[in-house]
Amino acid sequence: MSVTDRNDAEVGATDEESETPPDIEAISHVSDWKYIQIAIILAVITAAEVATYYIDTGPLEVPLLIAMMIAKFVLVIMWFMHLKFDSPLFTRTFVAGLAMAVVVYIAVLSMFEFWA
Amino acid sequence: MADTATHDVTLGEAFAAEVGSGHHATNTGYTNEKLGMWVFLGSECLLFGGLITTYLLYQDRAVEGPLPKDLYDIPFTSVSSFVLLMSSLTMVLAVSSQVQGDLRRARTWLVGTALLGATFIAGQVYEFTSFVKEGMGYTTNLAASAFYTLTGFHGVHVTVGIIMLASLVALSASGRLGQDRAETVEIVGLYWHFVDVVWILIFTIVYLIT
Repeated sequence: MSVTDRNDAEVGATDEESETPPDIEAISHVSDWKYIQIAIILAVITAAEVATYYIDTGPLEVPLLIAMMIAKFVLVIMWFMHLKFDSPLFTRTFVAGLAMAVVVYIAVLSMFEFWA
Repeated sequence: MADTATHDVTLGEAFAAEVGSGHHATNTGYTNEKLGMWVFLGSECLLFGGLITTYLLYQDRAVEGPLPKDLYDIPFTSVSSFVLLMSSLTMVLAVSSQVQGDLRRARTWLVGTALLGATFIAGQVYEFTSFVKEGMGYTTNLAASAFYTLTGFHGVHVTVGIIMLASLVALSASGRLGQDRAETVEIVGLYWHFVDVVWILIFTIVYLIT
């Protein structure tokens, strides 16, 4: 048994006696297979995105790409960043920053488009 | 007098409990470190939003030299994007293993994540080098400056993430990152996934929507 293995074993022994925080407890119920399924979906969407570069989808190209981008974004933050299971406080904190960025920069782009 | 002594003992015990657990008690029930990371990520939305907006405004502005979109190698960037996306899978598997107490497997996934991140950075260095060879330097035109600033800032974030992952691996290997510190791995994971979602936006908005 190496030094590292011994350390791991010691840490594991003390952990059983400590309380698990609720957020960590929630994560522990998600199986690795679920994460792999999400990654497969993300890979398929990425392949579809790249396909639009080679296949002419006409006026649907931009809406399709934006829809797929949002789908990937939501999947990662909900499943990999655990917002689906975590406290709504974290969701509100992140969405506040995201919403502020979207509103401010859409305003800036509109200003340059219509008044510049 | 007796009340004061009892009160002191209670505070002392509470302090000892907090130090022992490595966390301060909060009225939200969640640690300040985790909430702090989410606040930081919310503020990062504004940083990258500004950089993406600047690129959108200047993407066609060039008095001389090629535009970035004239030089894109979509198959190459698609592979890079796929590599970064899969690094999010290895990262979440590292968090999962740490939570379950399988520390050796967690280390393996952390090393895998760092290697995938390094592969992405190597791809970015190759891309930048080939663009400069094609005549598009940082100051060639406004579009090039906006492109390099946006993707360069993202690259710096990935590099910082790799350093954090390497630190976690070193801590874990020395036995100072046990199952009780799974949240530390999760917080680094939050940063790493955020870097991934930013690239999801950049890949679509900058590379694919022309």
